[in-house]
Amino acid sequence: MVDVTPADAVPPAEVGEMELYHPHSWWTKYVFSQDAKVIAIQYSATATSIGLVALVLSWLMRLQLGFPGTFDFITPEAYYQFITMHGMIMVIYLLTALFLGGFGNYLIPLMVGARDMVFPYVNMLSYWIYLLAVLVLVSSFFAPGGPTGAGWTLYPPQAIMSGTPGGQDWGIILMLSSLILFIIGFTMGGLNYVVTVLQGRTRGMTLMRLPLTVWGIFTATVMALLAFPALFVACVMMLLDRALGTSFFMPAIVEMGEQLQHNGGSPILFQHLFWFFGHPEVYIVALPAFGIVSDLISTHARKNIFGYRMMVWAIIAIGALSFVVWAHHMYVSGMNPYFGFFFATTTLIIAVPTAIKVYNWVLTLWRGDIHLTIPMLFALAFIVTFVNGGLTGLFLGNVVVDVPLSDTMFVVAHFHMVMGVAPILVIFGAIYHWYPKVTGRLLDETLGRFHFWVTFIGAYLIFFPMHYLGLMGVPRRYAELTDMTIMTESAHHLNSFISIMAFIVGFAQIVFVFNLIWSIRHGREAGGNPWRATTLEWQTPQTPPAHGNFGKELPIVYRWAYDYSVPGAKEDFIPQNVPGAFAPSREPA
Amino acid sequence: MTETTVTHTGQPDRPKGWRGITADWASDQRAFKNVSWGKAMMWIFLLSDTFIFGCFLLSYMTARMSTRVPWPNPSEVFALRIGGSDIPLILIAIMTFVLISSSGTMAMAVNFGYRHDRRKTAILMLLTAALGATFVGMQAFEWTKLITEGVRPWGNPWGAAQFGSCFFMITGFHGTHVTIGVIFLVIVARKVWRGDFDTGRPGFFTSRKGRYENVEIMGLYWHFVDLVWVFIFAFFYLW
Repeated sequence: MVDVTPADAVPPAEVGEMELYHPHSWWTKYVFSQDAKVIAIQYSATATSIGLVALVLSWLMRLQLGFPGTFDFITPEAYYQFITMHGMIMVIYLLTALFLGGFGNYLIPLMVGARDMVFPYVNMLSYWIYLLAVLVLVSSFFAPGGPTGAGWTLYPPQAIMSGTPGGQDWGIILMLSSLILFIIGFTMGGLNYVVTVLQGRTRGMTLMRLPLTVWGIFTATVMALLAFPALFVACVMMLLDRALGTSFFMPAIVEMGEQLQHNGGSPILFQHLFWFFGHPEVYIVALPAFGIVSDLISTHARKNIFGYRMMVWAIIAIGALSFVVWAHHMYVSGMNPYFGFFFATTTLIIAVPTAIKVYNWVLTLWRGDIHLTIPMLFALAFIVTFVNGGLTGLFLGNVVVDVPLSDTMFVVAHFHMVMGVAPILVIFGAIYHWYPKVTGRLLDETLGRFHFWVTFIGAYLIFFPMHYLGLMGVPRRYAELTDMTIMTESAHHLNSFISIMAFIVGFAQIVFVFNLIWSIRHGREAGGNPWRATTLEWQTPQTPPAHGNFGKELPIVYRWAYDYSVPGAKEDFIPQNVPGAFAPSREPA
Repeated sequence: MTETTVTHTGQPDRPKGWRGITADWASDQRAFKNVSWGKAMMWIFLLSDTFIFGCFLLSYMTARMSTRVPWPNPSEVFALRIGGSDIPLILIAIMTFVLISSSGTMAMAVNFGYRHDRRKTAILMLLTAALGATFVGMQAFEWTKLITEGVRPWGNPWGAAQFGSCFFMITGFHGTHVTIGVIFLVIVARKVWRGDFDTGRPGFFTSRKGRYENVEIMGLYWHFVDLVWVFIFAFFYLW
């Protein structure tokens, strides 16, 4: 054999066996479960359900934009409420919760070779507080005055004034309370994910042998633990402004000819706090996607990831840089030109590690044994979509280009491409990839391919034309665009077209949900390792993995996660727990 | 769960420079050697909490620096009339002394905890809790005094409305931390007293065995809350 790595000396276990909580009843096994896998499914199901609500809200918005004046029940107030709740749900309650609470909980313990998260009880609380946050959010739909219509950024002063839906009713109070709950719940889970990765790995699993999925989720969680505090503080302060009449964010202001009680507050302060959270949030959603897609590409192209170490450092660099770019969301708020220069520079620097990642994905594909499975299709779609959204990010990162494009449909197109469609494509790919591990059965192939093509092409047909609308000057967040001079005949046609595509893509998601439910019983039996993958979650003795994940003995890791198509090996994949003496490795020294 | 033993897992020829640093941090099983899960988790939580207090204090400073209305003078506002003369910040000084003393008793409790001296540990923890409760009590007194003088979250008789808002918000949030700390001190003290950490009695909620290290983890939180107070004291009262 060539390239034989000598069998690694396996160090002794540094940590004794974990005390697992063994459930005694149906309730503690499936409902108040402390098992990270059950919690992951609970998180995912809740996030998907509330995400479907947000999907319907986007349909309602598109009804109004595509066919203005046709639907009487969509008042301007209702439109603002749809826009706000759609954005907030998608970013926080769907994407963040699904990536970290869903995939994080399921994959971290399995991939690092742990029996569970380090503190399963706290982990369970995390889910229940998240559920409470979702319920508070949903309750605002039924509160007097309806949910808040302040936009997902909740900018004061308008967010808590009577002109905004929910501003002087329950809407904004429930929104802020729900966010505070979400942050508390997330912190409980996040601490678990971080400590499990740092301190709870199995023997042989160094950080530089972690699958990139874990790296992405881990870094995103660390960022979330440092970024959510700013949102927490902003929510508390705005809640005080609204409920107690303080003036943290409220300047002296006249409303309907009446001077309000507020005096001397700074709306810009809110923007700083919000975006100190808000920009890292973009990468909290993107980094897990980066990590997962790396593993999907490597597995389905049967080739080791190109430049593993570079990929890890790029994830860390993106995470660190994303904390010093937040004011690029505030160019039009006005700032010292030197600050604008600084934030534009840091923003553009992020393109460097990001581009490294894209090159490495492409180089991983190069001369790979590409299997066009559904996860692979989604991964490829992610790369192009992400490059697309990333390039428009370069436009918007520059002050002089951003100012005229600000608050146009161009911005909507940009962020939907880069942090809406791209991460969701990865989520789909990841679900098709790991569903067999969760249920023991594969998702239906035909429905899956239908879902992929409609979603991928449809998403482009929705968001690509929006760039043109934006360049024409069509503003975002306007409920009624009929009487504007920029809204030419063709722009109206384009809007109607986008709306129709949105319904079609939305319909495809319902097919996907059907597939998820149908395949639990009727899907093809998958076996333990249908993709012939190397990482530990595929090496569990049972599928789905039993309580405690790995049977009697924890696996010992002898190699990195990417030993695919190693020359001289019998199989084209070598699992991480196969000793170096039995098979060669291509792990970088 | 986390019996910690000193282990040397490194190979003799370690890489030099950045590679070596990376290899150390990324080393097998644990990034922080001989640090238990609970302790690691508390440190990371405190890091996150630091960002919360940091945001609160930065927001307060922004409000104070950008307001065009004069800021009330803390030395006068927080003065107590004792023996016919106004003594500035006297209550705050006592509060600070009490809280810092409680850190001392907490540190002693940790020490006796590791000697498995149940009685002394529990007594010192309860003493810490009592000092913490005294702090919260004095804070309640201070709130009451200011409220009777007309300070409200939305305004006060002397100047910028943000004075009251920031005061109630920041001291309230800190006081909540102290109160939670007092509650948990009492809970852990009870466990120590009962000998839970010797007998390996499983926790009521978590059904896991506790260890005397829990006293230290409790102490980390307590010292943190104490440290935050020093910053609040410096930035809110002394500025």
